[in-house]
Amino acid sequence: MDKALSQKHVEAVTALGDDALILGQRLGEWCGHAPTLELDLSLANLGLDLIGQAQFFLGYAGELGGQGHDADALAYRRDVYSFRNCLLVEQPNGDFGQTIARQFLFSTWQKLLFEEMVSLSDPRLTAIAEKAVKEIGYHARFAADWVVRLGDGTAESRQRMIAGLAWCWRFVDELFDPADADLVAARLVVNPAILREVWNEKVQSVLDDAGLDRPAAGRGITGGRRGRHSEHLGHLLSEMQFLQRAYPGASW
Amino acid sequence: MATIASDLSDRIIEILGMVPDPEIPAVSLVDLGIVRGVEHDNCGAVRVLLTPTYTGCPATLVIERSVRAALDRAGLSDVAIQSRLSPPWTTDWITEEGREKLQAYGIAPPERGDGKGMLKSEVPAICPQCGSVQTQEVSRFGSTPCKALWRCLDCREPFDRFKCI
Repeated sequence: MDKALSQKHVEAVTALGDDALILGQRLGEWCGHAPTLELDLSLANLGLDLIGQAQFFLGYAGELGGQGHDADALAYRRDVYSFRNCLLVEQPNGDFGQTIARQFLFSTWQKLLFEEMVSLSDPRLTAIAEKAVKEIGYHARFAADWVVRLGDGTAESRQRMIAGLAWCWRFVDELFDPADADLVAARLVVNPAILREVWNEKVQSVLDDAGLDRPAAGRGITGGRRGRHSEHLGHLLSEMQFLQRAYPGASW
Repeated sequence: MATIASDLSDRIIEILGMVPDPEIPAVSLVDLGIVRGVEHDNCGAVRVLLTPTYTGCPATLVIERSVRAALDRAGLSDVAIQSRLSPPWTTDWITEEGREKLQAYGIAPPERGDGKGMLKSEVPAICPQCGSVQTQEVSRFGSTPCKALWRCLDCREPFDRFKCI
């Protein structure tokens, strides 16, 4: 593989890991604060699955990068501009409705993406995707059930679900940004652009069940994949990375 | 040589059959289906292949450590441990004996059949306390990543059910 392509490959694997890591950290913030004990466990479980994915992807990105970085080094010792996650996952939890909206939009997308990843030419990526996609099925179902329950619930829960979806909607376009053509040609990434139509249908069918309208299309905000993040990511990292920054190399 | 290798494989599986899962000590790692085999290469090196249940299962590290300790105790320090993701673990790999032990321990075993498509049409779990099928899912996510929380409508006991994946 030529150098430029292998560099892009590392970035693409890092992006997969960063999506999982950042959303996993966000879900962890709910621990002890969720509306019910069962939801507290559910959100922590989802976060755990995502952090597991992050370990695999970032561990692999570290190996590919050849700089001797392991998953922890990439998670704890990079700054905002080196993160390649999409903007959606770094958005604050807000209320439970906003968290569910974010999860619903993301997990529906991630499931489609990972289903396609099993046909990539990189056996490490296909193995991780094949394993994780079974868990993501649970995430997507959990989030969709709650979209319906809140959307079709009380006036208050409906209002919050609408607000949550409206908040997250501007970050949807980024999920489908076309991937690098060389990487797609080498079957090292799935081009997310091809997922848009199926995603639209899946999301629409849940919104229909919930009796909710699709938020109005607006101008999508992008940039996360190039390291241009919202201010929220810096705050998230300052908490997540605190220990390793203050006590470098600390271990259990 | 082949016999020696297969004797050693059998012995290793027997040893791992006595190592309990750290979170569900009623079943062994072999019952759970996460010991994927023993590999011998041409140079005589031996590896045990383990696969995680869930991607983020925090028990994975503890499992590796307990396998290491069990092998060392048996004088098999040369046997390496390797983690393998593919093919991904499925609850169908839990042995018949494992399913019985789960049931006796109070955990309803998973539905059979690959997790695909099972998400929509979930068959009620059988209550491990009283055997009733009048049961209800309370939460799809329970005390560990691999379990869901259920309750029995007859004996009123809550119980864990292994999730089908």
